[in-house]
Amino acid sequence: MAIDTLVRPDAGAQAGAKVNDFSIAVATANGTGSQTANLTLLRSFFKMGIPVHGKNIFPSNIQGQPTWYHIRVSKDGFVARRPPELLVAFNRDTMHQDVAMLEAGGVCVYNSDLRLNEGRSDLTYYPVPVKELLAGVDVKGKIKEYIANMTYVGVVAHLLGVPLDVIEGALEHHFGKRQKLVDSNFEVVRLAYDWAVANVAKADPYRVEPMNATEGLILMTGNEAGALGAVYGGVSVSGWYPITPSTSFIDALRDFLAKLRHDEDGRPTYSVVQAEDELAAIGMVVGAGWAGARALTATSGPGLSLMAEFLSLAYYAEVPAVVWDIQRVGPSTGLPTRTSQGDVGFAYTIGHGDTKHVLLFPSSIEECFEFGYLAHDLADTLQTPVLVLSDLDLGMNNWMGKPFDYPERPLQRGKVLSAEEVAALGDWGRYKDVDGDGIAYRTLPGNPNPAAAWFGRGTGHDEMARYSESPTDWEQNMARLARKFDTARTLVPGPAIEEEPGAQLAIVAYGTTRYAIEEARAQLAAAGVATSFMRVRALPIGDEVRDFVARHEDLVLIEMNRDAQLTAILRDELPEFAARIRPIAHLDGMPLTAAWVLERLMPFLPEEARRLMEGA
Amino acid sequence: MDRAPKLNLVGLSKADYAAAPSTLCKGCGHNSVAAQLIQVAYELNLKPQDVIKLSGIGCSSKSPAYFLGQSHGFNSLHGRMPSLGTGALQANHSVRAIGISGDGDTGSIGLGQFKHMLRRNVRMVYIVENNGVYGLTKGQFSATADLGQSLKYAGTNPFPPIDICLEALAAGAGFVARAFAGDAKQVREVIKAGLSFRGTAVIDIISPCVAFNDEPDSTKSYAYGREHQRALQEIGFFPAQEEIVVADYGPGEMQVVELHDGSRMTLRKLEADYEPSDPTRAITRLRQADLAGELLTGVLYYDASRPSLAEASELPATPLSMLPDDTLRPSRETLSDLLAGYA
Ligand SMILES: Cc1ncc(C[n+]2csc(CCOP(=O)(O)OP(=O)(O)O)c2C)c(N)n1
Ligand code: SF4
Ligand SMILES: [Mg+2]
Repeated sequence: MAIDTLVRPDAGAQAGAKVNDFSIAVATANGTGSQTANLTLLRSFFKMGIPVHGKNIFPSNIQGQPTWYHIRVSKDGFVARRPPELLVAFNRDTMHQDVAMLEAGGVCVYNSDLRLNEGRSDLTYYPVPVKELLAGVDVKGKIKEYIANMTYVGVVAHLLGVPLDVIEGALEHHFGKRQKLVDSNFEVVRLAYDWAVANVAKADPYRVEPMNATEGLILMTGNEAGALGAVYGGVSVSGWYPITPSTSFIDALRDFLAKLRHDEDGRPTYSVVQAEDELAAIGMVVGAGWAGARALTATSGPGLSLMAEFLSLAYYAEVPAVVWDIQRVGPSTGLPTRTSQGDVGFAYTIGHGDTKHVLLFPSSIEECFEFGYLAHDLADTLQTPVLVLSDLDLGMNNWMGKPFDYPERPLQRGKVLSAEEVAALGDWGRYKDVDGDGIAYRTLPGNPNPAAAWFGRGTGHDEMARYSESPTDWEQNMARLARKFDTARTLVPGPAIEEEPGAQLAIVAYGTTRYAIEEARAQLAAAGVATSFMRVRALPIGDEVRDFVARHEDLVLIEMNRDAQLTAILRDELPEFAARIRPIAHLDGMPLTAAWVLERLMPFLPEEARRLMEGA
Repeated sequence: MDRAPKLNLVGLSKADYAAAPSTLCKGCGHNSVAAQLIQVAYELNLKPQDVIKLSGIGCSSKSPAYFLGQSHGFNSLHGRMPSLGTGALQANHSVRAIGISGDGDTGSIGLGQFKHMLRRNVRMVYIVENNGVYGLTKGQFSATADLGQSLKYAGTNPFPPIDICLEALAAGAGFVARAFAGDAKQVREVIKAGLSFRGTAVIDIISPCVAFNDEPDSTKSYAYGREHQRALQEIGFFPAQEEIVVADYGPGEMQVVELHDGSRMTLRKLEADYEPSDPTRAITRLRQADLAGELLTGVLYYDASRPSLAEASELPATPLSMLPDDTLRPSRETLSDLLAGYA
């Protein structure tokens, strides 16, 4: 995210010091409680006012397997993944490989019980005697293992200059009212910190200094933000089936609903049902949408494929439904804990028989929240499924953002007729395009007017929702649905555009790739190479996307999949400009880095710009 | 001058419960079930607007278009009506749901959803119009087809059938009944009792397919049904508002079961010791009847103790679909309070 007001760290800092600008990788074993330690570090930087972002890089295992946590600390507000300068090596199985990955000049804090051989002379090593430090701590077994990770928090705090009270504050935030846990964890942090003060001579340039760049900001995962948005969008029914990385979306949804949605008698004004599979999860959502309640499900690729038949039916019977697809990599188990933008092509036309769906592409927690309620407004207004395509990186990681704006627009429930309105109309027909926008009027079960009834079906139907196999009825109905999709173009969020005068290249992207791209653009700009940027936020595209493409002859579209899926969609929708949209498509499961983006942009830059970059 | 049609207590004639004319084959068992549903709704004084009709895919699943034309309905996907119904009824638990499925729709593609709906006890009358064959796709064996049965199109069936009632019992259903489409009175009484049940009422109606499976040796044929039907009880159903006449029945031969809404079902026990409240007994009797080549009909199992899904979810009286916007969207203050915890 871009930081508007930056207070630069003290300019009088010692020469060569690298202040508030580095990346840390913490390598631990899964299930050892390292998450608490990592979040404590993350929140401590955040509390010091320094822009920060944390990424879980974890394998698909529950316990014992290697896991990494990357923390990006950036005074300039860049939060893309960046190869780490600092390593915390607390996992025996991966430590040699972890050390090998560090660039020259890197720092390695390691658990000396693991007997790492300090083989590289271009690194600074800080061994931490974890066993010895914990010897005096009065906890047993499993807890000891959990708490052991707090030792690196203490040592890193000393090395970087994080005040102890900030760490304590972060622990209080983490554990809430469970003071005992705050105390026991903090005791270990303090022990390690004091030990480091007495025994460790600082020999590296990395450190932090307080700023005020996170003032007023919040730190949240995309899944939490999306679920919260849905709650403020009035979601009342959810059917779901567990799948990483969408499960935490539903966990958050249930927590927020439990907090926020009760009637005077304390009864829940919502229902969340864990389904037997994704076929049933989406069935519940479509059933609830037909009956008039706002409903959603959250899933990932494999689950989405099981939803194809119901999404197709909902498109054709015109039932609102919201699906959050937190994208991961590949079929079956694929790379289940790695991020991707691989479902775009599938999601856009999922179904059979000319289906086309509204897709939203959130890129930040603010957009997750906004699209959380907007998705329901759009689904109700357009009487159709809306798919929100988030990804693992956004959904499961903590991101900074501005506190969310309360939705100012009332809930948009769309064209739903009451008993009286049906009576007043006289000749109401479920699929009649009265207003010319392709959107017909619907009624809900329970409407007391006997003339309000209609029969939902996937079979061919006429304007009155009567069974019909007439070729004309089919064609007219499909033409109306296409018209409705054109209406959708005018209702979905437009692109975010940053257009620079004299830009040498226009970059198009969507979702979380923005962070690496924004950082790369800043580096280009620093070298005197201006670029323009359009971040597509929804499909179908509207005039703004079209006009941007029309204005720029040199475009690249960066996305995280092999086959350049959005590129294909844009080329298809804008055939007259197809040739100018050139893809940079890439997927290895890892979020993009600015360095990678720069390298891949090079061939697309004009000669002169390339020279400027090489000189930079 | 025509005589004015007879009206029921909500002022509707039987014609008000009709819908589009059936496009199913003449003589298809599914048509008789639809006709009985019209009769039942009329006799029970149901307001069509308080009813929803749901179905999967098949000839059977088409039939909601042929009864209660003034009710909302949804002809959904093959085997997926249970999930659609679950969502619809969680959104609006104030409507009565009538679900129509087929033996393929329930016993084959939809077996999973069927059983999970029963676990959850979603309140609906779930009718399986069971003909032992895929009617709509023209005569393939369904999962309820008899072992060794021969059909012109499908050849000989090498697999034993799935018994819908046994599956329902195994899944914990609280209302399990079987009827024969040719026995209109029994179909009506069983459906009436099912509508009063607060949970999923499974009704397996043997409903012959005259086009593809009406050979006299098929257990799903009219001839077989007529000859081998063995009713467990004679059922009398009395809506809550009607006076109950019990004089006809001798003591010890009948059992009055009180249903959720205060209406009563009288089971005249043809077998002195048949207890519809014993699931083990129900399973044994189904197995025995199967071995004896009998078609056991009646209410096989009845247990109203388990809450419906809506009850277990403690949903408020106002259906979720009718909540006002200010209940749906929490207040401005709640958002800032909540976000303060993330700062
Ligand atoms: C997903 C899917 N697969 C297959 C079909 C084709 N299909 C339509 S009806 C049917 C069988 C219906 O059999 P049953 O439920 O017994 O109903 P009946 O027609 O016998 O009443 C099949 C296989 C379909 N509509 N959808
Ligand atoms: S094919 Fe069979 S099941 Fe279908 S309508 Fe005809 S008789 Fe009924
Ligand atoms: Mg059948």
